[in-house]
Amino acid sequence: MPVVAIPALIRNLTDGEESVTVDGATIREVINNLDIRYPGTKAKLCEGDRIRPGIGVYIDGVLTKVGMHERVEEDTELHFLPAISGGIAESS
Amino acid sequence: MARKSHVQTTINGETVEFLCEPRQSLLEVLRDELHLTGAKEGCNNGNCGACSVILDGRLVNSCLVLGAEIDGKSVETIEGLAEPDKLHPIQDAFLENAALQCGICTPGFIMSAKALLDKNPNPTEHEVRYWLAGNLCRCTGYDKIVRAVLDAAAAT
Amino acid sequence: MSEKKEYKVIGTRPIRHDGVDKVTGRAIYGADFQITGLLHGRVLRSPHAHARIVSIDTSRAEAHPGVKGVVTAEDLPAAEDKMADLGEGAVSLKYLCDNILASDKALYKGHAIAAVAATSPHIAEEACELIDVEYEVLPPVLEVRQAMESDAPILHENLRTSSLGETGDKPSNIASHFQHKKGDIDKGFDEADVIIEREFVTGTVHQGYIEPHNATALYNPDGQLTVWCSTQGAFTVREQLAEILQYPISKIKVVPLEIGGGFGGKINVYVKPVAALLAKKTGKPVKVLMNRADVFEGTGPTPASYITIKMGATNDGKITAAQTSLVFEAGAYPGSPVGAGAMCVFAPYNIENVVIDGYDVVVNKPKTAPYRAPGATNAAFGTETVVDELAEKLNIDPLEIRLMNGAKEGDRRADGPVYPRIGFIETLEAAKEHPHYASPNGKKYHGRGIASGFWFNIGLESSVTINVNPDGTVNLVEGSTDIGGTRASIAMQAAEVLGIPAESVNPTVVDTNSIGYTAVTGGSRTTYATGYAAYEAAQDVVQQMKARAAKLWDVDEDNVQFADGEFSSINGKEEQISFRDLSARLGETGGPVIGRATMNPAGAGGAFATHVVDVEVDVDTGKVEILRYTATQDAGKAIHPSYVEGQIQGGVVQGIGWALNEEYIYNDEGEMTNASFLDYRMPTCLDLPMIDAVIVEVPNPGHPYGVRGVGEVPIVPPPAAIANAIYDAVGIRMTELPMSPDRLLKAMGKI
Ligand code: FES
Ligand code: FES
Repeated sequence: MPVVAIPALIRNLTDGEESVTVDGATIREVINNLDIRYPGTKAKLCEGDRIRPGIGVYIDGVLTKVGMHERVEEDTELHFLPAISGGIAESS
Repeated sequence: MARKSHVQTTINGETVEFLCEPRQSLLEVLRDELHLTGAKEGCNNGNCGACSVILDGRLVNSCLVLGAEIDGKSVETIEGLAEPDKLHPIQDAFLENAALQCGICTPGFIMSAKALLDKNPNPTEHEVRYWLAGNLCRCTGYDKIVRAVLDAAAAT
Repeated sequence: MSEKKEYKVIGTRPIRHDGVDKVTGRAIYGADFQITGLLHGRVLRSPHAHARIVSIDTSRAEAHPGVKGVVTAEDLPAAEDKMADLGEGAVSLKYLCDNILASDKALYKGHAIAAVAATSPHIAEEACELIDVEYEVLPPVLEVRQAMESDAPILHENLRTSSLGETGDKPSNIASHFQHKKGDIDKGFDEADVIIEREFVTGTVHQGYIEPHNATALYNPDGQLTVWCSTQGAFTVREQLAEILQYPISKIKVVPLEIGGGFGGKINVYVKPVAALLAKKTGKPVKVLMNRADVFEGTGPTPASYITIKMGATNDGKITAAQTSLVFEAGAYPGSPVGAGAMCVFAPYNIENVVIDGYDVVVNKPKTAPYRAPGATNAAFGTETVVDELAEKLNIDPLEIRLMNGAKEGDRRADGPVYPRIGFIETLEAAKEHPHYASPNGKKYHGRGIASGFWFNIGLESSVTINVNPDGTVNLVEGSTDIGGTRASIAMQAAEVLGIPAESVNPTVVDTNSIGYTAVTGGSRTTYATGYAAYEAAQDVVQQMKARAAKLWDVDEDNVQFADGEFSSINGKEEQISFRDLSARLGETGGPVIGRATMNPAGAGGAFATHVVDVEVDVDTGKVEILRYTATQDAGKAIHPSYVEGQIQGGVVQGIGWALNEEYIYNDEGEMTNASFLDYRMPTCLDLPMIDAVIVEVPNPGHPYGVRGVGEVPIVPPPAAIANAIYDAVGIRMTELPMSPDRLLKAMGKI
């Protein structure tokens, strides 16, 4: 199952867990399942049904632009990091 | 607006006439009136050398010369350097040495280098660096430019 | 992918394809563009660092002879309309528009207020002075620590600190805060025998590209908008124009002309929307050029920062804990590269216990823009100085402590991701083996410093098409503007696949109507990602040509193979034809062949660098002389080694400027007092020795030839390396950039 690295600032919602294993075949499913287990986490990561502006989703260390419908593999590791602001990666 | 004056000059060996306002710089005249856009504007106040041309054998920043000043004089610009089927050795040396990245500073450096080699065909590295200190390049770190000029000196 | 491959084209040093145009002055850069009926635009800028705009009266300017049109923020689609459909995104859109032409407040000296189009640039300039603007001047905030104080003047009444889903309850200049945490920081410091904690301050610096921003725009009566300009990315210009002007993307064509340097500073638009507005208003093509002061005062520099670093290590040199707070200036609107700085700050080391806090803070300076490895240089100045100090306290060679703690494949970076194959250790070894490191160092006031750096590099979208010509050459069409020789490095990758010389590929950079989406030339991505697309497009050509050969020989397509520029048939028939000869026979086998590829590759692979510098400090004047400089860097695979060396040398010298001279100097009113090349003082060739660039090649598994981006990381180590060398020379730890003569004299107690 995919592993989600919990951003430091919301570890209060996950009993201090740094990373948790959550079921799901897309980022959306993973986040929804994470929220079932740790209520409130989705609201921190998403705005409505979209990744919050300013947050970048990294799949196995690589920034994805696709967002919620990006597919994830069984052994994927997901990170939610500050989007690289200032232009280069998200100049659009 | 002040009246335009009539200027007759020689540019790259050709006689050229143009009208220019008293406030227009030689750089403006070259670029806007004569469409010789090889000389570049990087600062318009004599600090970058991107606009370098040779005026009566002397290296000048064309942004600091008035268009009207060149009446009766002779100007060499980057456009006049190569022969129809052959680059100037300095141009070749810049290409061989990969001495340009974005290339905006290149015409200025080549004209400066030409003025140097016209005066001093065998400069030392220090002399090259001293002479080219009026030209800014932000891309290359100057290493390959200095080598290109030294190579061009050796080749001529 | 095997590590030792024989290549025919890759690794050679052909003359770049656009070279002759660029040494003869024939290449057309943005400002060189000419079109009939052209008007000239100039921008009026705020004389105040912080002021409310009470009123703007353009009537005197409009009446000035030769003036054809004047625009202000009123001419931009109203921000309120956009609010309706964009929700939270509207705030950032308002910021984006306000940075083009200020609507309610001027937030920095140089902030664009209005613009004029006239029949000559001089008339446009005169008319700018005839625009009457009434300001209510407000106190400026110029420094992050001041901006974070509770009673600081507030730039944006509606800005609240956002902190991963939490939003502050009162106006603040702190736009955002984030944190990365790994392991147990207290335990890590408990294990340490030596702990060093230091504060660092870095100045605001500019990319310093020699070519000022420029744009020429034309609105046709049918609504088609064309913009000719120099930019790092024509497609991002198209997107920004569509957003700012609220105009359909299908009606915008951006034509990228040659570009005179960017380094990250020519991604954001400034005068391009202004030229478009003026063109619309006047019905004529309008060219808007910045002058040098406009560039310094009105375009994004890279941020000043305030950084604290605390690191601990055991007596045997193992770094057990690292903690930092990175506070970056965003400039007038949120969005500094602090996120990137946080990714890079401890990236070279494998440290178990880490805490990283990042803050993005607005101040009354131009909105910051990316500059070569944005954020990483600021961060590395702190980390690499502290690592040097740890090494000194522990009596360990500074290269050794880095070798002991250096990150390797499989190590986890503090912000989470696990490293694929990387070449940090190899750069350290290359530095260690270099004669420079073994050379004597010990003369009075001479010192040697070393420092390392990391940049993650990016992939993103690139598209390439390749048309095969009947003479065996190909035309390669790409969307990546060429800032430093990428036509060559991209063409060479296609040439390698096709088995033809680099000269047989004609690369052309085209406009947004003529190629698939291609992201910016930035993030050290072009040779990697567009090169990858060229590789794939060339493979596509090979596939199609195999089918043609099969047709010619009447064999099965699977029985045609291609190697070294020759197609041959296997299994049975003895047939062979060169790429060149087959190109001549496309007509009879089915018509033209066009290869194409569009990529968004994921494996950019990070880049590491290690630098060694020798300096001499003049203790009477405080001047630091660079005596010798060696930079080792993992390039993965150098496609065109000369241009890789060039990137390294150029990055090093920008880093030297940042280290020793460059900064925005402000007076109390918030005016930059050194907005010229003379006073900003970038390095000239007289300030420098040759820069020895040592290319290390640890192939990137994420690219068919092993390419890693090379452009950015070389700017990261120089400030720290030079600071460490200064310490070695005079025993003073410099913690503030730039380490200019006055600061050094002060630190030495001489003034
Ligand atoms: S434009 Fe003339 S010296 Fe810079
Ligand atoms: S090559 Fe770009 S400024 Fe010199």
